[in-house]
Amino acid sequence: MGEQLPRVRVVDAYKDFGSVQALRGVSFEILAGEVVLVIGPSGSGKSTMLRAVNRLEPLTSGDIWIDEDHVTGPDTDIRKIREEVGMVFQSFNLFPHLTACRNIMLGPMTVKGTPKEQAEREARALLKRVGLSDKEHSYPGKLSGGQQQRVAIARALAMGPKVMLFDEPTSALDPEMIKEVLDVMLDLARDGMTMVVVSHEMGFAKAAADRVVFMDEGEIVEIGPPIQFFESPVQDRTKRFLEHIL
Amino acid sequence: MAEVNEKRSIGVSDGALIPDRAEKTLFSAWRISFFGALILLGALPLISPDPFWEIIKFIPDGILRTFQVTVLSIIFALIIGLFTGLGRISRSPVINRIATIYVEVVRGIPLLVQLFYIYFALGQFVRVPRLVAAVIAMSFCYGAYMGEIFRAGLQSIPKGQMEAALALGLSRGQAIRKVILPQTFRIILPPVGNEFIALLKDSSLVSILAVSDLLRRGREYASRTFEYFETYTIVALVYLVLTLFLSKLVAKMEERLTRQDRS
Repeated sequence: MGEQLPRVRVVDAYKDFGSVQALRGVSFEILAGEVVLVIGPSGSGKSTMLRAVNRLEPLTSGDIWIDEDHVTGPDTDIRKIREEVGMVFQSFNLFPHLTACRNIMLGPMTVKGTPKEQAEREARALLKRVGLSDKEHSYPGKLSGGQQQRVAIARALAMGPKVMLFDEPTSALDPEMIKEVLDVMLDLARDGMTMVVVSHEMGFAKAAADRVVFMDEGEIVEIGPPIQFFESPVQDRTKRFLEHIL
Repeated sequence: MAEVNEKRSIGVSDGALIPDRAEKTLFSAWRISFFGALILLGALPLISPDPFWEIIKFIPDGILRTFQVTVLSIIFALIIGLFTGLGRISRSPVINRIATIYVEVVRGIPLLVQLFYIYFALGQFVRVPRLVAAVIAMSFCYGAYMGEIFRAGLQSIPKGQMEAALALGLSRGQAIRKVILPQTFRIILPPVGNEFIALLKDSSLVSILAVSDLLRRGREYASRTFEYFETYTIVALVYLVLTLFLSKLVAKMEERLTRQDRS
């Protein structure tokens, strides 16, 4: 077996917001098919890190690769990369003027030029996959938070991404809706999707994550498989943080 | 997403009353004003045909001209306003500055002066027909106001909408066309509707360029017959009917757009 190229590679990433350093030399690699959970206190830079992967947040310095594509390269066509990187937001960000089905069709039709009939077929299949076949014609305003987030996941999947980024996907949800979203994510993980998930859902970490990353003050403090990470963390900072949230 | 569906109001300028959707009673303010004016317009010629019927026969050309000036100016002002609004939120400092200067300059000069300037002052170099000068001046003036409404509307769309569109791989232009603008139109319809009504009323200013609009026709009739009271009563009533009709139209459009969102 030859060396496998990591799907996502972050090298020495720095990000300054004015005088605040959100990222201070972050490096890590994620293999194809891996599910990585990123945890850390608020302001630790975990969302910034995630948003840097598809350059919604440009880095101050450092490099990011997705397969052989240089995300942070000056001549890179970032749109080509974003097509292949799905993103799910804390606040869903569905397009309120479009039905669930149209929300999913917009990307393929606009970016890939997929014909309408085909985009519609694919959108229906994706809605079925996230358990919302009956909501095809509903506008986001008529959907619950959990339903909106599942449509948002379907919308990201419609582009056929090779990496999915989740930015606190369940933080804005009422407790009874968290499970339906996590179930969809678990299903994705079992299907072999490469996933980076910023979340404090420990249940999801134990069920699906290959590794857990703990970030604090713009640095990666500790990385490890979930069992070892939660039961015998090495760093003091990790121990203190876990005491807070567990 | 309560924040998105919540009704947002943007600073509303003057204009005739846009009917409130909640007001469904038989004697709403809008109905009393509109049908009151219509009834007066119908009754006055019956009561005394001599001045009133003659006046009403004389002014329809003026109504048509007022309508022309208003509709053409609305169309051009919307186009100018759209690009001005986009320019005001542009990330290019040059475009941004140009749009801002345009808005500041135009808003700082009275419409009447702009009309004089385009027809008489610039007319020394380029002679354009009165009607064209009138439409240019009105469009430029209202384009600036509409630009500010577009800017406010564009900025009121949550940042996450643009991010979600970009994350899918859309270009900024595609994101604006497919995601941001359709939402903006819904939000700005009430204030833009107000501008339509204000523009209709301000179109009476073009009568000083001897464009024979509604007011001008009235003035021609009155200066011949000296029936000032009767003539301007009819002129005022016709303006009132027009603006109230337009405001109803805007309200209907608004209703249709909001209903779509909730179906």
